[in-house]
Amino acid sequence: MNASRRGLGTIALVLGSMLLSTAVLAQQKVLKFIPQADLRILDPITTTAYITRNHGYMVYDTLFAIDAKFNVQPQMVDKYEVSADKLTYTFTLRDGLKFHDGQPVRSADCIASIERWAKRDALGQKLAESTDAWKAVNDKTFTLHLKRPFALVLDALAKPSSNVPFIMPERIARTDASTNITDATGSGPFKFVKEEWVPGNKVVYVKNKDYIPRKEAPSWASGGKVVKVDRVEWIYIPDSATAAAALNAGEVDWWEQMPPDLIPVLQKNKSIKVENIDPLGSMGVLRFNFLFPPFDNVKMRQALLYVLDQKDYVLGIAGDMKNGRTCYSFFTCGTPLSSEVGAEPMKGKRDFEKAKRLVKEAGYKGEKIVIISATDQPIVHSQTLLTAELLKKIGLNVEIQAGDWGTLITRRSSKEPIAKGGWSIFHTWLVGPDLTSPAVNFAIRGSGDKAWFGWPNDPTLEKLRDDWFAATDPAASKKAAEAVQKRAFEFVPYVPTSQFILPTAYRDNLSGLIIAPVTFMWNVEKR
Amino acid sequence: MIQYVVRRLLSTVVVMAVVAFVVFSLLYLTPGDPAAVIAGDIATDEDIRLIRVHLGLDDPFLVRFGRWAWGLLHGDLGTSIFTNLPVTHLIAQRVEPTLSLTLCTLLVSILVALPLGVLAAAKAGTWLDRAVMAFSVLGFSVPVFVIAYGLILTLSVRYEILPVQGYRSFHDGWWEWLRHLVLPSIALGTVYIALITRMTRASMLEVLSQDYIRTAEAKGLAPGQVLVGHALKNAAIPIVTTIGVGVALLISGAIVTETVFALPGIGRLTVDAILRRDYPVIQGVTLIFSAVYVLVNLAVDLSYVLFDPRVRY
Repeated sequence: MNASRRGLGTIALVLGSMLLSTAVLAQQKVLKFIPQADLRILDPITTTAYITRNHGYMVYDTLFAIDAKFNVQPQMVDKYEVSADKLTYTFTLRDGLKFHDGQPVRSADCIASIERWAKRDALGQKLAESTDAWKAVNDKTFTLHLKRPFALVLDALAKPSSNVPFIMPERIARTDASTNITDATGSGPFKFVKEEWVPGNKVVYVKNKDYIPRKEAPSWASGGKVVKVDRVEWIYIPDSATAAAALNAGEVDWWEQMPPDLIPVLQKNKSIKVENIDPLGSMGVLRFNFLFPPFDNVKMRQALLYVLDQKDYVLGIAGDMKNGRTCYSFFTCGTPLSSEVGAEPMKGKRDFEKAKRLVKEAGYKGEKIVIISATDQPIVHSQTLLTAELLKKIGLNVEIQAGDWGTLITRRSSKEPIAKGGWSIFHTWLVGPDLTSPAVNFAIRGSGDKAWFGWPNDPTLEKLRDDWFAATDPAASKKAAEAVQKRAFEFVPYVPTSQFILPTAYRDNLSGLIIAPVTFMWNVEKR
Repeated sequence: MIQYVVRRLLSTVVVMAVVAFVVFSLLYLTPGDPAAVIAGDIATDEDIRLIRVHLGLDDPFLVRFGRWAWGLLHGDLGTSIFTNLPVTHLIAQRVEPTLSLTLCTLLVSILVALPLGVLAAAKAGTWLDRAVMAFSVLGFSVPVFVIAYGLILTLSVRYEILPVQGYRSFHDGWWEWLRHLVLPSIALGTVYIALITRMTRASMLEVLSQDYIRTAEAKGLAPGQVLVGHALKNAAIPIVTTIGVGVALLISGAIVTETVFALPGIGRLTVDAILRRDYPVIQGVTLIFSAVYVLVNLAVDLSYVLFDPRVRY
């Protein structure tokens, strides 16, 4: 009898605790989110993948951040001083900063993180060239000593997109910069739950209850990162029709980036909002191979400027002019350095006769032009199809060689001629924050072998870029950026094909989404 | 019998070794560089080179194969280049959804296809037979993803009866587990049902024309007894073989089904690994698939003993 009572008691206890845990889970606010891609790599320094950058913003914090007015704001830093000779920067961290393992954030952690970042990131490398030493004064204060003034110290530390100078514990930040880290311990507003991570399917974050947000209102990555949900689940749904159905059925709350053809489907549901929350969007890129004919000839590259109509590319990529705009600038339109200086060939009525004349002057002999493409990337492939048609119209011998994205990014690193697996053109796209200035726009570089794929070599462009780095005030900076752009339109390191935004879609029980060029998940409330 | 099983298991080891070598060689020759995928769009040649050196992708073929084979002999399938998680861990994470999907599909298929096939054979030439065969042709012809979208649109979005996507573990409750498997199982099972139905009908028709069936009928046995007790048992060997061969069909079909229904199964793991050139994962999954396929064939061969006493090993 006693035994059976004990047994019943145990069953009651187990059932009670199960009901309690179910009730606790039911009370939790869980934000279910379909990300733009699958999170595969946890290290935001070894990779420039945007999904890993977004993961970085969940779990890490930054010393500084850019706000919506393009001003640099302190984030983990409480106060900072710059010496009169602009050679010494002193940073003091905020009180109460802690990593997810409970350890305090120290100067040594910040220094190790910045040094690792500076080995990989182009702007970080530029900062490192001017750096004499980083030194910890004490656990909360550290200094940066420069060999020569570098006007972009704070901009570099506030870099908003890949690679972002996230702060990690020193023990992790000491990892070689080409080796993926596997421990996602940060000090950011969310904690990564590694045990629940199913690559290709689900990433789970929980609210970091120890995180102390700043008092200011959130503005891009700056300000108070107040987390208003208990748990965030990134559910990767590779098939867009299934993703749309899941949002329609209320199985998920938010779909980060949706293909334009599904906008009308979701707009029919009154519980779903379809909006553009990215003020900068992305820019399409047409990249040439400078090593071989015919695009080693500047006139061949210039010819494209006269025939490429950005409106076609907006429609091809984003489906509707509402989701994009023409942007005749090498620097993201809507940011301080954008302008249309030198962009005359790209504007106005398209001049096919002029383009044909340039092709003739270039001495084009009918060499085969190979455009490599990736059919699993609609943004890449739609640009490819448009460009191929344009080239055919001006009498060029074009062939599209399509594969998957993995093949494209391998093949584009080939420096062989076409007969041996080389290429002439590839397309891609870059997010707005990656193209805001000569410092971060790596595609504009003319540094030959050290340049991005295609390897353009133009000492003039490099000299003008260095002049921009030397500019000390906003007016001089703007003027120097215009000079860079003017030269870029003459030399044509690549062609900006359009500026577009892939809209986001979310259930109307969500509010507080931050309008920013990166998807942030703090401040988002779920009713 | 035991000798036969041991011999087959030993031959499995040889088959696996050949598969391992062929898969490794094919991946070596396939264009694609995981280092470029890791580095991302904004990378330089130097960034990619450093990652490649770190991953050992610059090493000669034999060195890489030797390293992998040595790990394999020690039960280590390697580590994913991207996630840095052991391949065994990644496969273990995915086994339950794929196993659940495959078993549910098998169960649904056999429960639907066998009666349909037997019925079609028993009523050969009638409208019922024609209807079953028309369904069978339809099942073969309509792609899995079309059936899947149709089911999602009607049963999930329109009538909100079943979930659109995802998987719930059996440990979290059998009801939710089952609810999440109904649509994928139907979508994946349609081709399989068609296949087994046709095979059952054909095999039954052949058996039903035999003298012993006529004798059984002449003895006055009930039609059901004749069909199930005599005909179906004797028609079973080709049907069981088809079911066994169909497992391979299920595995390849599961890739599409898992993608459409966002099920975190081994099929999705394989596709993702191929797209990213995650070599250790591709090699690991291929080996597992090969082992499963060989073992299923062995099980099918052994099951013949149950249906035909003349079969001896």
